[in-house]
Amino acid sequence: MKSAVLVFPGINRERDMARALKLISGQEPAMVWHADTALPAGTDLVVVPGGFSYGDYLRCGAIAGRAPIMDAVRKFAADGGLVLGVCNGFQILCESGLLPGVLVRNAALKFICRDVYLKVEHSNSPFTRGYNAGQIIRVPVAHGEGNYIADEETIRRLEGEGRVLYRYASPEGVVDPKWNFNGATNAICGITNDRGNVFGMMPHPENHVEAIMGRTDGRGLFSGLVEHLKQAA
Amino acid sequence: MKRNEPAITPELVAQHGLKPDEYDRLLKLIGRTPTFTELGIFSAMWNEHCSYKSSKVHLRGLPTSAPWVIQGPGENAGVIDIGDGLACVFKMESHNHPSFIEPYQGATTGVGGILRDVFTMGARPIACLDALSFGDPKHPKTRHLVSGVVAGVGGYGNSFGVPTVGGQMRFHSRYDGNNLVNAMAVGLAETDKIFYAAASGVDMPIVYLGSKTGRDGIHGASMASAEFDEDSEGKRPTVQVGDPFSEKLLLEACLEIMAKDCVIAIQDMGAAGLTCSAVEMGAKGDLGVDLDLDKVPCRETGMSGYEMMLSESQERMLMVLKPEKEKEAEAIFRKWGLDFAVVGKTTPTKRFVVRHGGEVIADLPIKELGDEAPVYKRPFVEMPKRPVIEAEDVKPPMANADALEKLIATPDLCSKRWVWEQYDHVILGNTVQRPGGDAAVVRVLDGPKALALTADVTPRYCEANPFEGGKQAVAEAWRNITAVGGTPLAITDNLNFGNPEKPEIMGQFVGCVRGIAAACTALDFPVVSGNVSLYNETNGRGILPTPTIGGVGILADFTKSATLAFKGAGQAIFLIGETVGWLGQSLYLRDICGQEEGAPPPVDLVEEKENGDLVRAMIKEGLLTAVHDVSDGGLLVALAEMAMAGNIGARIDLAPTDTPAHAYWFGEDQARYVVTASSADIEKVVARAKAASIPLSPLGVTGGDALALAGERAVPVAKLSERHEGWLPGYMAGSSAAA
Repeated sequence: MKSAVLVFPGINRERDMARALKLISGQEPAMVWHADTALPAGTDLVVVPGGFSYGDYLRCGAIAGRAPIMDAVRKFAADGGLVLGVCNGFQILCESGLLPGVLVRNAALKFICRDVYLKVEHSNSPFTRGYNAGQIIRVPVAHGEGNYIADEETIRRLEGEGRVLYRYASPEGVVDPKWNFNGATNAICGITNDRGNVFGMMPHPENHVEAIMGRTDGRGLFSGLVEHLKQAA
Repeated sequence: MKRNEPAITPELVAQHGLKPDEYDRLLKLIGRTPTFTELGIFSAMWNEHCSYKSSKVHLRGLPTSAPWVIQGPGENAGVIDIGDGLACVFKMESHNHPSFIEPYQGATTGVGGILRDVFTMGARPIACLDALSFGDPKHPKTRHLVSGVVAGVGGYGNSFGVPTVGGQMRFHSRYDGNNLVNAMAVGLAETDKIFYAAASGVDMPIVYLGSKTGRDGIHGASMASAEFDEDSEGKRPTVQVGDPFSEKLLLEACLEIMAKDCVIAIQDMGAAGLTCSAVEMGAKGDLGVDLDLDKVPCRETGMSGYEMMLSESQERMLMVLKPEKEKEAEAIFRKWGLDFAVVGKTTPTKRFVVRHGGEVIADLPIKELGDEAPVYKRPFVEMPKRPVIEAEDVKPPMANADALEKLIATPDLCSKRWVWEQYDHVILGNTVQRPGGDAAVVRVLDGPKALALTADVTPRYCEANPFEGGKQAVAEAWRNITAVGGTPLAITDNLNFGNPEKPEIMGQFVGCVRGIAAACTALDFPVVSGNVSLYNETNGRGILPTPTIGGVGILADFTKSATLAFKGAGQAIFLIGETVGWLGQSLYLRDICGQEEGAPPPVDLVEEKENGDLVRAMIKEGLLTAVHDVSDGGLLVALAEMAMAGNIGARIDLAPTDTPAHAYWFGEDQARYVVTASSADIEKVVARAKAASIPLSPLGVTGGDALALAGERAVPVAKLSERHEGWLPGYMAGSSAAA
């Protein structure tokens, strides 16, 4: 799997992401500078990592969503390429128009870093095929603005078209406001575009890929992508 | 002299914080009346914060060397060798005064400043810790300060991208007017690529890097060298504003030009900004410095030279570059969107010459600016010793199970989850042990090595007996590192005290420093960096003496680190160390009996070392399944913390009959650990303790869902956790019951 990790000023989880990609795919990802205008030839997967691009002093991801490299990413996505956005990366994908909706401040108005439980809605996507439908995974979150909202029509379509891939849930898999820690609409944690090749999520699967961090639940997301690409090839 | 500058009057001198005898010293040194800018420069260099004039003579008594120490105090941060060609670079620094006036920005710039100290030396920051002290929860300002400081610490570290993995937080009415924010940063560098402040070579370009200079923070260091009164909140303009985004860019740009071998010397602009950094680079390199302020990138127009020299705008660096690499370095900074300007050069004159608008506005002897700063041997008195409180004289007001339930939900002992969940503690993917344990454990690169990190002090002990309190702070840091299986290597000390001009405050300072020195020597745990914060007083009332100790230790293999959580049912629980039931200055005495008094527990450093060495050895051999040091709250609180962390109960035997039960369970005797072992290893553990002649007492066995103390009501672990986790969120949400 040839992956490209985008680096915007203020992004800070690019090393975590590169390490996870290397660990699971066996291949070192290319680090792509925000001011570049092209992706490396033969890229299979574009990853927009977490952080505080441009300080996130405006709406999160607003400036990065309009950076020069994003034109190349939009083209790559239009051609069916796989794009993964995590945390600030999810916010950037929403701001760039690649995903619908927006992420606003957590309901409690505070930054929250803790392990959360996600329910895998189905395993029919490249971004979930490493898991079983209904599986519960535990991964960390670390964000202040991860409360997903969109207009009613968009939510209806996302739900109706099976584009909600992960939801915040209890350790037993019950979707319950108590476990929807950031207040997201329908406890939505991650969504795809209508074609299913662009995906964004708030939690950090890249931080739960080694036993050192307590869990390896995040591996499935990356190994699923590796498998998908292998089969497609 | 510039025409528009004010005349130098005694009032102006006083406003600059210089005492009449200090001004006389200045006149003698330069042989004429200073210019306005020069007065500002002296005020910046000679204030307490920058000159250590009250503390210097005593700090000399601290042990600072060991075979693994690469750089002791005196640079931006301390450096120790952790093997494999790697160095750990670390320091702790206070940002107390600004955090009280403007908690969010005060805290952010505290974190930013200490991170800069670490990466200035060529190290990539890998962890932060924060030790916070706030006033009485009932004080009307406390919630606001807690909320702002915690948000600020998180706001900076989270955005910069460093995990905040540990620290401590306490409440006491003595911090009502002066909260403390002590931030520690830890970084990694290669041992042969450490960067220092000393300039070398004549006519080398001095380069200004980072953010632009504005009017913020002018006289910040002078503010930090004065007491507070009712009008202090009017000092808000002297607080700087933090920009973690710029700092992240500065980090990446600095590490990139260091890797390209462009840098001769580097110094961050912290307290007293351009003045301090330029003087330090020149003085340490035995060189003069010529600065041309017309070249300094400014955020606003019309700034005077005086303002530029004293601005404490954040996220700025000064470097001496290799001339042949200037262009390459500039390209890197431009790529990161940062300012880059050659603002001066080194000279052979050993003079500090500052030009602005074509005029020389300062011309001073550079070495004397630092070296000739006043040094005071301030008078100090020792306070009378507090009486030792006999356990028999303290009547237990309630059953021990009730006291436990109450204690674990007090402001000092409750869970601090509300705080550390606002800090990103998992970024970088190396956090082996997250906040909430004895010490944080952070993997080094891809392992298997890891660092054990902690920040500790018990101010009420320091107040009651500065010498024992100073010893205890070091011993507890050493013990916390040991409890996770680490070998303690070195400390950074952040000494927070009141007004040193008062002999009793100076007595606290001297006593604590002597105690720290004694413990560091006995435990082979040298001081490699530190910071002194004095004048933490409001309306004449000082804080509790708070010498925060930041400790660093090493583990050869992070998979062998121990945690405090009970691991399963049916495991034997042991206490290592001796218990006399010392209730003086205990939280039991203060929070259950309502008496804050007595002598604090003495620290026997020989015992401390022997007990800790045994525990560490047994962790390495894999004999122990859980380890926790016994500190605030005593033995029963330690057991409850282990039960809550593992969500497993325990049956606990009766206290020995020679000690009153409440003193046994809640006394704060030092040098103790609670450990558990599985049945197969019990005999080995007993034999090891016996062979080392170290007291080991069986306490009971793990299992069930309650902490059941023989002869007392069993307390469900779930109930303990609910109370333990409930206090702080309840308090911050404004619940009056909580306060």
